[in-house]
Amino acid sequence: MDDRKDPIQKLLDGPVSVVNIGLAQFARTLEGEGVAVVQVDWSPPAGGDRRLIDLLDKLGA
Amino acid sequence: MTEGDVAAAVEAANARAVERMLAADPVLVDVAVAGDAIQGLGDRTILHAGPPIGWPDMCGPLKGAVAGAIVLEGWAENLDTAAELAAAGGVAFHPNHHFDAVGPMTGIVTRSMPVMVVENRAFGNRAYCTLNEGLGKVMRFGGNDAEVLARLRWLADTFGPAFGAALREAGGIPLKAMIARGLSMGDEMHQRNVGCTSLLLRALAPALARAVDDRERLAGLFEFIGGNDQFFLNVAMAMGKAIMDPVRGIEGSSVVTAMSRNGTMFGIRVSGLGDRWFAAPVEMPRGLYFPGFSEDDANPDIGDSTIVETVGLGGFAMAAAPAVAGFVGAGTAADALNYTRAMEEITVARNPEWTIPALDFAGVPTGIDIRKVVASGRTPTINTGIAHREAGIGQVGAGVVRAPMVCFERALEALAAEMGVA
Repeated sequence: MDDRKDPIQKLLDGPVSVVNIGLAQFARTLEGEGVAVVQVDWSPPAGGDRRLIDLLDKLGA
Repeated sequence: MTEGDVAAAVEAANARAVERMLAADPVLVDVAVAGDAIQGLGDRTILHAGPPIGWPDMCGPLKGAVAGAIVLEGWAENLDTAAELAAAGGVAFHPNHHFDAVGPMTGIVTRSMPVMVVENRAFGNRAYCTLNEGLGKVMRFGGNDAEVLARLRWLADTFGPAFGAALREAGGIPLKAMIARGLSMGDEMHQRNVGCTSLLLRALAPALARAVDDRERLAGLFEFIGGNDQFFLNVAMAMGKAIMDPVRGIEGSSVVTAMSRNGTMFGIRVSGLGDRWFAAPVEMPRGLYFPGFSEDDANPDIGDSTIVETVGLGGFAMAAAPAVAGFVGAGTAADALNYTRAMEEITVARNPEWTIPALDFAGVPTGIDIRKVVASGRTPTINTGIAHREAGIGQVGAGVVRAPMVCFERALEALAAEMGVA
């Protein structure tokens, strides 16, 4: 076994297991290719609205 | 206050809010005539579901129910003249929530209607809700013909007085323990109430039998309750209102004290923001329709019944009621678990007395925090009936609907201003 191999390349040499965080479309595409995927629902806080994020920070969320 | 102080104050206020929710002791104590029990409910006054609304903005079923109630009270001779009276400003409209009351769907309450009385014995306040009329063509779904009005008169003249007498004879029915048992029997108290309806009938049957001499009349009362799986919904609603009213007005609290819809607008109230409404247009439920009906027939979201979600039941307790997930088109039993888990993300605590067997007896998610709603992007899940969009037809389905995010964003801005950090 070649220990000098690129770690990313090593990761993809065998069967891939994926945890997908966020957009579910990426998970569905991989599932369509027969890849095992665990989908984690996630979205940016307050949908990424900076004004609301600022208020949330001030109110301790 | 520094920002850290503000955050700590909100946390402490929310802890107090949930303490009050959990300390509540709601007891169904009576059925009374609305005009006698509800302070300020006078002649030519109509209480309705949701935040404030005027006749021009009302949806079809709400207008239909208003016209029916006007005829019921004798303020007009027929539905046409009743609608003319309402359009001309001949009656005053107010939200139930402004009068210690709630009502399902159109939520109409007028002075002669019987209302169930739930007393929160931990805080001394009372809340009111009409009696559930049953399924089919009923006023809560906008029904208003002679059959609907005749049933309402029977409820006022026969059922209500007997049920009230039985409750007084029994010394009231404590509700917290009954809800706990209902959750273990597959009820979530919004779209499934068959367990608690059965428990209530069982608990009250002896007192009803003592209160009614005529056997046929007694049989009619049993038949009415036994024939309506949703009879307990209105009890749960009055209980929800009785639990949440003492939570109002806690300075700094971001906990929601009411969610409600009038068929046009969805409104929320937040403890630290007094009795202000934060409203946005209602959404359309997604669900299953009765044979012959589709989404084209449906009215958007309506009713005060979201008070049950506000206390952690209904869509928040979906995991307790896998049968409901199928009935409202929300998916499988596994999906039902996920609905409840998702609501844990937007609430302050779990209720240790109302637990869900399928979640290893975790308590229902309790105390909706507007900060968590806005931060997570998850709005409360609501299980609901669906009314036909035209007056006089009735229920056409059941489904799931979301509270609009805008309500929570506006409330968050107001709370920041109230706390001096906007």
